[in-house]
Amino acid sequence: MQGEPSFPDSLRVQLRVLGALSMREIVTRFGRDQIGFWWLFVEPMILTVGVTVLWSVFHGRTPVPIAAFAVSGYSMVLLWRSTVNSCIWAVASNTALLHHRNVKVLDLFISRILVEVAGSTISFFLLSVVYVFLGLMAPPVDLMNILVGWLALAWFTAGWALCWGAASTYGELVRIAWIPLGYFFFPICGAAFMVDWLPSKLQALALWIPTVHGVEMMRAGIWGSGVRAHYDIWFLLASCVIVTLLGLVLARGAAYRVDSL
Amino acid sequence: MIEIQDVSKSYRTRRGPRFVLNRVNLRVARGQHLGVVGRNGAGKSTLVRLISGAEQPTSGRVVRRGSVSWPLAFGGAFHRHLTGLDNLRFICRIYGVSYANALAFVEDFTELGSYLREPVMHYSSGMSARLAFALSMAIEFDCFLIDEIVAVGDSRFHEKCRIELFEKRKDRTLILVSHDPNVIKSHCDSAVVLEEGRVIPFDSVDDAYAHYLVQA
Repeated sequence: MQGEPSFPDSLRVQLRVLGALSMREIVTRFGRDQIGFWWLFVEPMILTVGVTVLWSVFHGRTPVPIAAFAVSGYSMVLLWRSTVNSCIWAVASNTALLHHRNVKVLDLFISRILVEVAGSTISFFLLSVVYVFLGLMAPPVDLMNILVGWLALAWFTAGWALCWGAASTYGELVRIAWIPLGYFFFPICGAAFMVDWLPSKLQALALWIPTVHGVEMMRAGIWGSGVRAHYDIWFLLASCVIVTLLGLVLARGAAYRVDSL
Repeated sequence: MIEIQDVSKSYRTRRGPRFVLNRVNLRVARGQHLGVVGRNGAGKSTLVRLISGAEQPTSGRVVRRGSVSWPLAFGGAFHRHLTGLDNLRFICRIYGVSYANALAFVEDFTELGSYLREPVMHYSSGMSARLAFALSMAIEFDCFLIDEIVAVGDSRFHEKCRIELFEKRKDRTLILVSHDPNVIKSHCDSAVVLEEGRVIPFDSVDDAYAHYLVQA
């Protein structure tokens, strides 16, 4: 290879490498036996169905239909949780792959993000369709709201997971810290409540959490004017930009720290 | 061609940074067979990781013209839970090489037969070595990096490896790192000694050999 490669060439290599890493991730995680890569979305679907059942049994009377509430909320929890969990091990378990000149630290993160986001997304949309067909869930009022809300959440997740993944190369402590933080984030991420149900003091606080805006937007799409949703898509998008930039900065530093693992 | 310009590499330790390589300069011309000899802990593997690009230098630059291989027969680059063929498929995807062509070569070279469809974790060390070497040869590189020649497998396998690497690919650049000066003497046309994080150049392999024996 002489001189600087052109942009289309670089892009082709980039996509090829991401494809190879994603395929490798899927095959190593789920194997080739039994249903193999279908687990990618069957597993989150099973978890979400389980949560739907639990919440239906234990929540008693809720202001909104519980199935749609569970599928929107818990799918979002799986989205950020599985993506961050996957990214904090992305470098530690793949340092050997960095011997291949085309594989960069950032590729390790992006490929895992792609796999996890794809799994959660397929699970969410497939399960929603099933719920609607089974009559557990009314057909959504505004599909666009759901789509934009979900995509913004996926973007936020990507940036956030990148931050955690890259930061985990700075010290073992980061990985240890994520376990309790991930736990505590579950009740406040917006999956298990709607802002309107909170006392007004808490409402203001809840609206500082980016993911809350995404779920509220999706739920506005599911029920329309039947619920009062509180969200600002611009706040969520601004958060996406911030975590993505922060993640990229950290990932740049991570490339110089792979040796410490 | 590979050029190492003023490269230093330090690792963080509990007692502060420790320099493994200290302002190293090295130039490897196209087609040169360079041996790097040094004792345990001299920084040989660090040098290999910097040349392959697996790690970044703390300061200085590594310039590569042409493609550089991953360390030859490096087993760490394949995944234990994947089958031999899945590992091959991955390598082919990464380098954009035809899987069908590579498959024919790997089947022929490894003679692993149906074991290629088994997870690598079920392989014996000899089988792993055969697969690792075959994967390294399935992709063509301008420069091959070798971090110690591992003596695994029977003599027939050794002979096959020797023919593939040192005969069929003798026109390529070769960087062979070893603590064994005899290995370097038999395969390289030039040599440097790595000593306390510095590279000491020599005019001939014999001079490097002599120096190394004295300090060892």
